Amino acid sequence: MMQPVSPSVAGAPLLRVENLVVEYPVGNKIVHAVSSVSLEIARGETLGLVGESGCGKSTLGRAVLQLRRPVSGKVLFDGHDLTAMQGDTLRRMRRRVQLIFQDPIASLNPRRRIGDIIAEPLVISGVRDPKEREQLVHDVLGAVGLDPELVMGRLPHEFSGGQCQRICIARALVLSPEFIICDEPVSALDVSIRAQILNLLEEMKTRYGLTLLFIAHDLAVVKAVSDRVAVMYLGRLCEVGPSEQLFAQPAHPYTALLIEAIPVPDPDVRPAESVAVGEPPSPIAPPSGCRFRTRCPRADQRCSDEMPELREVAPEQFAACHHPLIGAGQASNNGESRSI
Amino acid sequence: MTEPALLSVEGVSVDLPTPRGNLRAVDQVDLSIGAGRTLGIVGESGCGKTMLSRAILQLLPKKAKLSGRVMFDGQDLVHLEPERLRKLRGRSLAVVFQDPMTSLNPVLTIGTQLIETLQEHLELDGQAARMRSVELLAAVGIPAPEQRLMQYPHQLSGGMRQRVAIAIALSCEPKLLIADEPTTALDVTIQAQILDLLAREQRRRHMAMIIITHDLGVVAGRTDEVAVMYAGRVVERAPTPDLFKKMHMPYTEALLAAIPKIDARPHTPLPAISGRPPDPTRPTTGCSFAPRCRYAWAQCHGEKPRLEEAGSPGHQFACFRPINTAAGVPA
Ligand SMILES: Nc1ncnc2c1ncn2[C@@H]1O[C@H](COP(=O)(O)OP(=O)(O)OP(=O)(O)O)[C@@H](O)[C@H]1O
Ligand SMILES: Nc1ncnc2c1ncn2[C@@H]1O[C@H](COP(=O)(O)OP(=O)(O)OP(=O)(O)O)[C@@H](O)[C@H]1O
Ligand code: SF4
Ligand code: SF4
Ligand SMILES: [Mg+2]
Ligand SMILES: [Mg+2]
Repeated sequence: MMQPVSPSVAGAPLLRVENLVVEYPVGNKIVHAVSSVSLEIARGETLGLVGESGCGKSTLGRAVLQLRRPVSGKVLFDGHDLTAMQGDTLRRMRRRVQLIFQDPIASLNPRRRIGDIIAEPLVISGVRDPKEREQLVHDVLGAVGLDPELVMGRLPHEFSGGQCQRICIARALVLSPEFIICDEPVSALDVSIRAQILNLLEEMKTRYGLTLLFIAHDLAVVKAVSDRVAVMYLGRLCEVGPSEQLFAQPAHPYTALLIEAIPVPDPDVRPAESVAVGEPPSPIAPPSGCRFRTRCPRADQRCSDEMPELREVAPEQFAACHHPLIGAGQASNNGESRSI
Repeated sequence: MTEPALLSVEGVSVDLPTPRGNLRAVDQVDLSIGAGRTLGIVGESGCGKTMLSRAILQLLPKKAKLSGRVMFDGQDLVHLEPERLRKLRGRSLAVVFQDPMTSLNPVLTIGTQLIETLQEHLELDGQAARMRSVELLAAVGIPAPEQRLMQYPHQLSGGMRQRVAIAIALSCEPKLLIADEPTTALDVTIQAQILDLLAREQRRRHMAMIIITHDLGVVAGRTDEVAVMYAGRVVERAPTPDLFKKMHMPYTEALLAAIPKIDARPHTPLPAISGRPPDPTRPTTGCSFAPRCRYAWAQCHGEKPRLEEAGSPGHQFACFRPINTAAGVPA
């Protein structure tokens, strides 16, 4: 038996991703989906991951779980390198990590009853006693706010999108994982239902002592649940920092752009004439140097010649930019790039 | 104030037969919009926004039953002959859908589609239509417009396709543009660009515009007036600043409160609305929001509140216990 989770060792992250590279071959070309991404998530922390469609968020999440094998780089989960694991060893580790998807209805088998859907991970992981399984399913359904008696015998199509997402969350929780990757868990839901699910995730996080990687493209949604936020653009990390600090004083021009583009539900806040120029280039042939340079108002020659590394621009805040909006002086004095 | 409206929707309902019974998608809606004005229609998925816009455009599914009147520019669209309706839709009444592929033909080049529209409705010759097409594509922010004329829709990104759909919609200088979730499928940075584009063209052309969205943030800074829909009905309607400063309908308040705000602190619990919207095939006797409303009392379950003007001019709401009024419940 694996030892239960030891009390958190200060400084030892639960997840550590090092120089992760993930590519997809298409024809004779290569999609550079994730390019040398490094990040850490502490035990009990929620790291939000934002960025535009196609920037590689889902690919990163899948590569952490080894559902897509990276080309290079390491994924250290609780100190163990998942990229070096195969077969049963990997399966056993994976049990401690779960994934929740954007489309809750599509991720449930339409022909199976809810009780069986949620019990399935238990069966696979060898919980033999049907009574014990039923008890666990019962408890977890209650925890996500569904009435087990009313729900267990029914089929997915009898439920709304929001209820299906509750069921998916229950299925992810039933094995008591330590870490959950939420890939756009509320993007397909309506505003009123979205708030219910976000609150539920927060509650479950506290109740089950979870660590979360929360992927979304909506900055306000990400901020609502995240301790720290990582911003991605075209396969690379642009900026990482504590949520409030990052939104109050973004250092990377792309982060600033994302913040400005959010529609604010207040008629006194006149929407700024969009500063965004153009659209993201293709990840098949990303720009040289800084990948954001083709849309960046601050771009200069250096930005096309030299790839910016992540550097600390304020305490705990790291940005990959030659001309950051804050802490420029500090960053250039400290030429050495620190790991995050 | 009483200049005749460009569009007026009067008591419009849409019924759809379904295996589960009749589905009332739009229920007794009254709306109007003046020339050069912008109206936002906001509501959650399934509340009937698209069916309402299709009822205005007379583009409902065949089996749908429409009742009520739709007056546009002095004509009753419900009873207009199909040929005149088709002319009108290409010219003075234009539409942009959420998925630009709905309005673009996948097997024709961008150029063919634009040029044909211009030739048909404006009777331009080939050369003039081509020049006008290039101008239009440039106006909607498409780089290298001459080259784009030769491209097919699938060769463009989602944002570019939506720009082309907007160019086609604007090509004949419509008096009213209906944009049904024009940016929902797009990324935030592209979303902002498209909304700016629509606003700029709307002002420049003095065109009336209806923006349909589920995002209160999209309408806040960009419309003159907002109508909030719930379960097929308009439940609150007001000039945009009034609506946001002094909403009277508990649903509007709850909807706004449930949106995560960018200036809120992380881990602040969101005031969620419990439950979910009613099943549109099961008509309710009372206020359709009553099962989820924290102000509901007995009357709300037994009687349907009518949409009525009260308080400030132009502010209508359908509620027995409105918030933010002297007589109602203090919010
Ligand atoms: N199986 C695949 N084969 C080829 N290319 C792929 C595959 N999956 C993803 N890609 C490409 O890799 C890039 C990153 O995709 P990914 O799905 O990780 O982005 P994302 O940030 O999750 O986007 P979204 O917000 O749209 O979900 C994109 O350019 C995408 O087209
Ligand atoms: N072709 C159809 N046949 C039967 N019912 C339909 C049809 N199209 C839509 N409906 C139903 O009509 C109601 C109103 O749908 P509508 O598409 O107008 O909603 P909406 O407000 O536009 O939602 P969304 O934000 O998801 O686009 C819904 O209950 C929907 O399920
Ligand atoms: S490195 Fe240059 S191009 Fe990239 S974000 Fe910074 S200023 Fe812009
Ligand atoms: S009528 Fe009653 S139930 Fe409906 S919104 Fe008003 S207070 Fe709530
Ligand atoms: Mg994704
Ligand atoms: Mg719709």
